[in-house]
Amino acid sequence: MPLLDLRNVTRRFGDFTAVDGVSLGIEAGEFFTLLGPSGCGKTTLLRMIAGFDLPDSGQILLDGVDLADRPPEDRPVRTVFQSYALFPHMSVEGNVAFPLQMAGTPARDIPARVAEALEDVRLQGFGKRRPHELSGGQKQRVAIARALVTHPTVLLLDEPLAALDAKLREEMQIELINLQKQAGITFVYVTHDQTEALALSHRIAVMNRGKVEQMDEPSKVYRFPQSRFVADFIGQCNLFSGVVAQSADGTVTLAVDGLGSVHVATRSTVAAGSRASIALRPEQIRIGSTVNGAGDNRFRGTVTDLLYMGDVTVYRVATEGGAQVEALLANSQTGRAKFFEPGDAVEMDWPAAAGHFIED
Amino acid sequence: MATDVQAAQSRRGKWLVSGPPILYLLVFFAVPTLIMAFASLRTPGEFGGLAPLRDEAGKLDINFDSYLRFFTEPVYFEVFAKSVVFATATTLLCLLLAYPLATLIAKSPWKSRSLLLLLVILPFWSNFLIRIYAWMIILGPNAAFARAVNGVLGWFGASPVPLLFSSFAVLVCLVYVHLPFMVLPLYANLEKHDPALLDAAQDLGANGWQRFWRITFPLSLPGVYAGAALVFIPALGIFAIPDLLGGPNDTLIGNLIKQQFLETRDWPFGSVLSIVLTVAALALAALAAWFGRRATRAPSLDRA
Repeated sequence: MPLLDLRNVTRRFGDFTAVDGVSLGIEAGEFFTLLGPSGCGKTTLLRMIAGFDLPDSGQILLDGVDLADRPPEDRPVRTVFQSYALFPHMSVEGNVAFPLQMAGTPARDIPARVAEALEDVRLQGFGKRRPHELSGGQKQRVAIARALVTHPTVLLLDEPLAALDAKLREEMQIELINLQKQAGITFVYVTHDQTEALALSHRIAVMNRGKVEQMDEPSKVYRFPQSRFVADFIGQCNLFSGVVAQSADGTVTLAVDGLGSVHVATRSTVAAGSRASIALRPEQIRIGSTVNGAGDNRFRGTVTDLLYMGDVTVYRVATEGGAQVEALLANSQTGRAKFFEPGDAVEMDWPAAAGHFIED
Repeated sequence: MATDVQAAQSRRGKWLVSGPPILYLLVFFAVPTLIMAFASLRTPGEFGGLAPLRDEAGKLDINFDSYLRFFTEPVYFEVFAKSVVFATATTLLCLLLAYPLATLIAKSPWKSRSLLLLLVILPFWSNFLIRIYAWMIILGPNAAFARAVNGVLGWFGASPVPLLFSSFAVLVCLVYVHLPFMVLPLYANLEKHDPALLDAAQDLGANGWQRFWRITFPLSLPGVYAGAALVFIPALGIFAIPDLLGGPNDTLIGNLIKQQFLETRDWPFGSVLSIVLTVAALALAALAAWFGRRATRAPSLDRA
């Protein structure tokens, strides 16, 4: 039985359905991420788990107990807010001591517990500071220490790293992973940042328009997106849609406009004539002046644009038929910044197993 | 060179802007205050006003007699103490009434806020004295309010009490007049509170009462002190309300000052009372400001 069990949870605001029949189970000790664009319902879902909002229908069970009648202060769930929400009139110590005081922890035990929590987030010696004297990353750590000091069953994190700069964000991501491992507490993490979700989570639920589109491990979500939305939202992706021309021996051939026949390996069998899509990551494509490969899918085209990213370069190629394909080359081997210039004629090739078949 | 010219120009600009108000305050505030301070050291004239600066013997008329009188005759100190009590009670009652009101306004939807604020300052649109006279009618012996109160008292076997011309009437009107001065700074403070802090407190296990005492109230203290100063200081020196609504024992320091200038015509003693009042008000304002600063960056309100 999952620790946190959401059963068919729905929440409407007027005509707008923010969360639409979401069911998911989160296991104890899991780092679970709700990922989606803004307005997809992920924050509403988090607020309902915390108790700030109630579902119109459906149930939220923690350890088998329905939380419907329990206000936020009585739930063994803590939230780390996007704005940190540190109490400005209290010191760092005062902030971390607050939940202990509310829980009726004996006063003599509080200083040791506070010191321990601050040590866990590497903020020893910051106890007497006030929130406005801290940097963004330090505030973030105080918020986490304050949420973890009472050892909650579940920690909810609402885009906690959104306000930090890129370098610090990466550092905090590693700290969050370690902290979660060390505390053994279930984390439910909300973000719109797919790289963050991929880097941190044990499992990701990708949400769109109030519904969970896919729930799986990060590598599965990336490699085998179940819908066009997931493929498009997570990472760079070529999406070829067309009509199924042939389906046999674990290979589907799709007639794609501007490209022609594209082969993709799949276990599913589909009727010829139905519409479908192929998701193909740019790094799966071999690109060169001429390429020697299996030749499952080989196309010629012209480089129209390129994006130099440092480690890799993304080439946008227009095929002879007029389709746009994005391919990616690592710049590591030769030390050259780029291999092609706009206008260069190139050849692309990828095996049938590289793509991922999506039924529309 | 160019920067020198610019600096001179910006200096001139500053004086052009700040000159007129400074001049105004100098002529109509600083000079009269100095005149009053000087008058407090003189002897009253035979028919009011001040005695000549030099008597027939040519002796300069400078003395501390009036100050001595204030500090040696207990009756004046009693009036002063009574004024402090009235002003304190007014401040506390205003705070008790204004806090829920300001909270309500701060939490109401954006559209209705301006209407509610307008209602708070609406009384300012009619004359101060007219509003006091209105209270004479409301509290008068034949008004419904007095009849209802005395009816209830009679029900319990108590003898009827006059409401008008009493300390009760003075206090009610003091609170009524000063309430907006407490509501507005409190609202300005409460309106700025980040609702996420209350969510966080609740998430961390605080119930409604704990959220108020540990989060909302301490954060509102600057507003409380500002409102308290705006109510306390004018309430301390008021004379119109006790004059019109008070009984014979409700003389406050403001009435005493008015008496000294207009009836007894003892200008030096009136000046002494005014100076004591001003100094007391300044001291209390400074205290409120100090508390306000301390509240905004208090070391720790948490009693861990």
